[in-house]
Amino acid sequence: MQRSVRDVLIGFRRAPLLSMLSVTTIAFSLFAFGLFGLVALNIRQALDKLEDRVEIRAFVAEGTTPEQMGIAYGDIVKYPEVQKAVIVTQQQALARAQRELGEFRDVFEGAVLPASIDVRLKPGARDPATVKRVSARVRAFSFIDDVRYGEDWIEKLYALRNVASVAGIVLGGTFALVSMIIIGATIRMAVLARAEEISIMKLVGATDGYIRKPFLIEGTIKGIMGGLLALLLTYITRGLIDKYFIQTMFFDTRITLLGLLFGAMLGFVGSAFSVGRHLNRV
Amino acid sequence: MIRITHVSKVYPRTGTAVDDISLNIAKGEFVFFTGPSGAGKSTLLRMVYMDERPTNGEVRVSGTSSVTATSRDVAKLRRKLGIVFQDFRLLENRTAEQNIAFALEVTGAPQSYIGTRVSRVLTQVGLGGKGTAYPRELSGGEQQRVAIARALVNDPFVLIADEPTGNLDDRATRGVFQLLREINSGGTAVLMATHNLDLIRRQEFRTIEMNRGAVVFDSAEQHAAKPAEG
Repeated sequence: MQRSVRDVLIGFRRAPLLSMLSVTTIAFSLFAFGLFGLVALNIRQALDKLEDRVEIRAFVAEGTTPEQMGIAYGDIVKYPEVQKAVIVTQQQALARAQRELGEFRDVFEGAVLPASIDVRLKPGARDPATVKRVSARVRAFSFIDDVRYGEDWIEKLYALRNVASVAGIVLGGTFALVSMIIIGATIRMAVLARAEEISIMKLVGATDGYIRKPFLIEGTIKGIMGGLLALLLTYITRGLIDKYFIQTMFFDTRITLLGLLFGAMLGFVGSAFSVGRHLNRV
Repeated sequence: MIRITHVSKVYPRTGTAVDDISLNIAKGEFVFFTGPSGAGKSTLLRMVYMDERPTNGEVRVSGTSSVTATSRDVAKLRRKLGIVFQDFRLLENRTAEQNIAFALEVTGAPQSYIGTRVSRVLTQVGLGGKGTAYPRELSGGEQQRVAIARALVNDPFVLIADEPTGNLDDRATRGVFQLLREINSGGTAVLMATHNLDLIRRQEFRTIEMNRGAVVFDSAEQHAAKPAEG
């Protein structure tokens, strides 16, 4: 291990330009990946916010007693999919409608709006099928007149979400593959630069594992360094977008660490592939 | 020690390089391989240190068979062999000492042992004071001595030298050859491929002449055959 680390340091010192080139190449391919991740993250965040607004509104028939509504409320909040439910009286419904309409509030002067039980579902239970199922259960109460949950837009939202997920997986996978190929190529340059040394090592009895180890460590270190640089570039870019365009969200610590781990893994796999291929040839 | 049994080597593009050769080389023997370029000398030697595997037949070196050896077995075998080339194959960015130490490092030898062993072997090849010189600062003969020192540092039972004097002038050739003789007199077998017929004529060592991939003359067989003729 000590020898491998020393070899890596010597490798960096002997070919600083090539090492810098490798790190920069890795950084830029991970930067592209990072930017894409940032876009995907923010789209997802926006969709989550929209999804937060998914609500089932169950309108109560005229003449329903507060006790009946209380019983229904008690039942509904026990549904496993339900996050919370609120009883909205006729007065509250009117006040809310007037508030939402702002300057056109006069329209509701003297109007009577039905009372309702507004049901909010837990995250993960806001897909069209679950919303439909819960609505049907709520509708089963005899004093519930009508149930509304914006069927159309929930389905559209979910379709958009699915498209975003598939596009995310395909584009993310493509970016990862491209990064791996680029990293593999840069490590291959490092391997070729030391081809003579590798052939002599083999002649004096070095095992393949012994030859491979410093390259794997080097690839991993370059992957981490490239990852850090990519993170910095992504952070700066996001700062600029924030300042000049729109408020965006940055990766949390967990995703940041995963990103670095991903960089290290790309470096490791790229090196293993390049050295393996070279060792099979010599 | 080295047994070559019906060995052939055929390359897909260039054809047959070695054609059905069988040989035995005993412990401590000094053997010259001679013949024109393309005769198959280097290919045969490469099969001895298992850089190439025979297309047919078997090369067995100190218990390691070319038929069954894994890459790990080959690595272990090479630690018991010393290999020297015409073009020295030294690492330009390492000093003479570092080039020699390199061969010990890959075996996992302790650093303290490497230091003393390297200086001893440098003295043995007559380069006691030049350990810190880089290859470009040494003459051809001296570079070849460093390469020989690297080959000797693991105390091999056989030294394989492929045209070791091919790039050297007469004086350096004599010096390197003398060194190989000394190494051989210490009990290490030497297999040397060479074009230098002068060198061969002046010696009593076993000579194997090759042409077009086949052995056309083996002095050991002639010696063995002589009593029968008489």
